[in-house]
Amino acid sequence: MTTQTKQPLSHLDWLEAEAIHILREVAGQCSNPVLLFSGGKDSLCILRLAEKAFRPGRFPFPLLHIDTGHNYQEVIDFRDQRAAELGERLIVRSVEDSMKRGTVVLKSPDEPRNKHQSVTLLESIEEFGFDCCIGGARRDEEKARAKERIMSFRDEFGQWDPKNQRPELWNLYNARSHKGENIRAFPISNWTEMDVWQYIERENLQLPSIYFAHQRDVVMRGGAIVPINVPLASGEVINQPKAGEEVINMQVRFRTVGDITCTAPVISDADNVEKIVLETATTTITERGATRLDDQTSDASMEQRKKEGYF
Amino acid sequence: MSNFVPLNDVQAAQHNDSLLRFMTCGSVDDGKSTLIGRLLFDTKTILADTLTQIEKTSRKRGMEAVDLSLLTDGLQAEREQGITIDVAYRYFSTGTRKYIIADAPGHEQYTRNMVTAASTANLAIILIDARKGVLTQTRRHSFLAHLVGIPHIVVAVNKMDLVNYDQAAYDKICADYLAFATEIGLQRAGHDIQFIPMSALNGDMIVDRGDAMDWYQGPTMLDMLEVAPTAHSERDEPFRFPVQFVCRPHASDDPELHDFRGFMGRVESGDVSVGDAVTVLPAGHSSKVKAILLGEQSLSTASTEQSITLLLEDEIDTSRGDMIVKSDQTLEPVKQIEAMVCWLSETPLSAARTYIIRHTTRESKAKVGTISYKVDVNTLEQLPAQGLAMNDIARISFRLAQPLMVDAYSVNRATGAFIVIDESTNNTVGAGMII
Repeated sequence: MTTQTKQPLSHLDWLEAEAIHILREVAGQCSNPVLLFSGGKDSLCILRLAEKAFRPGRFPFPLLHIDTGHNYQEVIDFRDQRAAELGERLIVRSVEDSMKRGTVVLKSPDEPRNKHQSVTLLESIEEFGFDCCIGGARRDEEKARAKERIMSFRDEFGQWDPKNQRPELWNLYNARSHKGENIRAFPISNWTEMDVWQYIERENLQLPSIYFAHQRDVVMRGGAIVPINVPLASGEVINQPKAGEEVINMQVRFRTVGDITCTAPVISDADNVEKIVLETATTTITERGATRLDDQTSDASMEQRKKEGYF
Repeated sequence: MSNFVPLNDVQAAQHNDSLLRFMTCGSVDDGKSTLIGRLLFDTKTILADTLTQIEKTSRKRGMEAVDLSLLTDGLQAEREQGITIDVAYRYFSTGTRKYIIADAPGHEQYTRNMVTAASTANLAIILIDARKGVLTQTRRHSFLAHLVGIPHIVVAVNKMDLVNYDQAAYDKICADYLAFATEIGLQRAGHDIQFIPMSALNGDMIVDRGDAMDWYQGPTMLDMLEVAPTAHSERDEPFRFPVQFVCRPHASDDPELHDFRGFMGRVESGDVSVGDAVTVLPAGHSSKVKAILLGEQSLSTASTEQSITLLLEDEIDTSRGDMIVKSDQTLEPVKQIEAMVCWLSETPLSAARTYIIRHTTRESKAKVGTISYKVDVNTLEQLPAQGLAMNDIARISFRLAQPLMVDAYSVNRATGAFIVIDESTNNTVGAGMII
C-alpha cells in the first residue's frame, strides 16, 4: 500500500466514475433497460459515459427517442447520425402516433406536446416490456428533480410518488421492480449544467448545431425569445408569428433542445464549446428559467408532470 | 452581495479541483435552510431569475428582506404542510471545489432521512441555535453522524446576532458540546470536530467574516469546507473491487476481442496496478492483473472511486457479485453478520420473514438472528427490543444464504454497508453497518 496522501479524483473524474457505476448497475440489475436519447447535450454525455462503461462490448440496451414531431431537424439528423456511428439500435416512437391512436388528445392544435411525451413513453415501455429507462435528468435543473432518487421507482401507471420514494443509501442502488413497474435511472443526477459543458469540452463531444450561436428569425413573446417559421421534416412550418409581432433576425443559441413550441433560445455569440463554458460561468439566468416555456405555468408543474409519468 | 469572487470556471476546469459531499443537520428553526441559502447566495450560485422569484415569494409572505431559506423550498406537498419530508441535494462550486449538499430534515421522525443523507457525506454541519445551546436533537444528530461514520463534524453555533454576538455564550456551548462528545465517544472515535460562531441570516462567518465577531480568529464556514479532506483521501485502505458486469463482446468482428473478458466495476477502496496478484472471492482463485482500462485509456494504476475494467492473466470463472481483492489483502467470506441497522420502512421488521440483503454488487437472502438491543437516539440508552419500527436503530445479527465479503463499517464504509430489501414490495426497508 502507498503511504503518501492520495490525490482525490477531480470533480469531473468523480462524476464520470459515478455515472459509469450507475449505468453498470442498471445493466447488472435490470433485465430489459433502455436509454432515452433525444440528441440533446445531456443524453449525448450519457452516450459517451455508456461507451466508457461498456466498450469494447455493445451497449446492453437500445436507445429510445420519444419524438414530439416538433423537433428541430438538425437535432433529429444528429440523433440518427450519432446512433449510426455508435452502431447501436435506435427506436423512435412518436407522440403523433399516440395522437392517431387517440391516446393523446391535444386541447388545441398548437398546444405544446412536451407533457404528452409521458403517454407515448408509457406506451413504448409497455410495447417493449422495458423495466428501466435511463434518462439525462439532473437534480440542479428544477426543485422537483432535487429530491429525485438516482434509481427512481414508478408504479404500473408510471407515477412518481414523491412522498414515498425508496430510501437510497451509499451507492447501493435498488433497481428491483415487479412486472409492469418501472425504474427511471439518472446517471448524471449530480451534474450541473456547468459540469455537462465542461465534460463536453473535455471529451470533445460533437453536438447538434443549434447549441451554437447562429442567426435566426424570432419574435419577442411574453418576455421570451420565440423562434418562428421553423420547418419540420414533414414540410410543415410551425411557430408562425402572430399578427402585429415584429420579426427580428437575431444571433442566438439554444441552452437546451426540446420541443420547438416550448423551448426558447438565448441571445449569444458563443460559437464554440469553450465560449459556451465561459458563458455558462457568467450567466445570470438558470437553464430552465431562460429556456423552458412550459415549467413556468405553475410553481409545481415539473412535479406534476413527473407524477404523471414524465421522466 | 458578498465579496466572494468565484474563480473563473474555465480556469478551474484545468485545475485538479476536487469534490466534497457534506450534509447539514438541524431543523428549519435552527436556520438550516438559511445557511444553505446563504452558501448558495454568497458563492454566487443563485442566478438572477431564481432570486427574483424568491423575492416575489418573500414579499407575498409579508417579509421585508429576501428569505434565503426559500431557496431550499421543495415539493408542493412540503410547501403546503410547511415541512421538509425528504432529502434534497444542492450543488455549488467555488471554482476550486465542487460541493454536493445533502439537505436532510431534522425532526426525530426523519432519522431515516438523516441516515440516508449521512451515508454519502464526508462532513456534517451540526447546527445549534445560540439561544438554546446543546439540545436533545443535537445529541441525536451527532450520534447519527457518528454511527454513519462521517469523519468531519462542524458544530455551527448559529443566530449569534440574537445573543449580541456574545463570545461567552459561544464558549459555553462549545464546552457543553465537547463534554457530550467525549461522553458518546465521538472524539475517541477519531472524529475531527470544529466549532464556528455565525449568523446565517446576516451572513457572518459563512462566506464573509463580517465585522461583528472579531473575537473569533478561526476560519469561516466556507474556508473550512474548502480544506476539509474528501472521502478516502485520508487513510490507506485495502483494494476492494466488486464486479458489476462482465464484458464479453462475442459478436465482435475483431479477432483480438474473441478472448476479451473484462471485469467491470468501481474501485470501492484502495488501489491496484498492472501486475498485482489478485484473488477472486468467494471462490478464491488467483491471477494477476493484465490490464486496467478506463474507456479507451489504458492505466497502470487505478485507485478508489474510479470506474474501470480489469483484465486478468488467467481465465477465471468470475461473475457479477464476486469481489476482486489483492492476494495479500484477502478476506474470509462470511455467512453470518452482526450490524447496526436503521429501519427505514413503515412496515416493522418481522423476525419471522426472510429478507434480501444487498451488499456491494451481491445479494443474499437473510434471516434475522438476534436483536441485541435498540438505541434511544435521544438518550443514547440501549434498550431491549423484540422488533423494529421505522426510525429504530438496533444491533442485529443476520444469517445469510450466500457468503458475503465484508469489512467492518468503521474500517471501510463501502464494504461494511448493506441495505435490506423486502422481497414482496422490493422496497428498501433497512440500512445496515457491519460491526
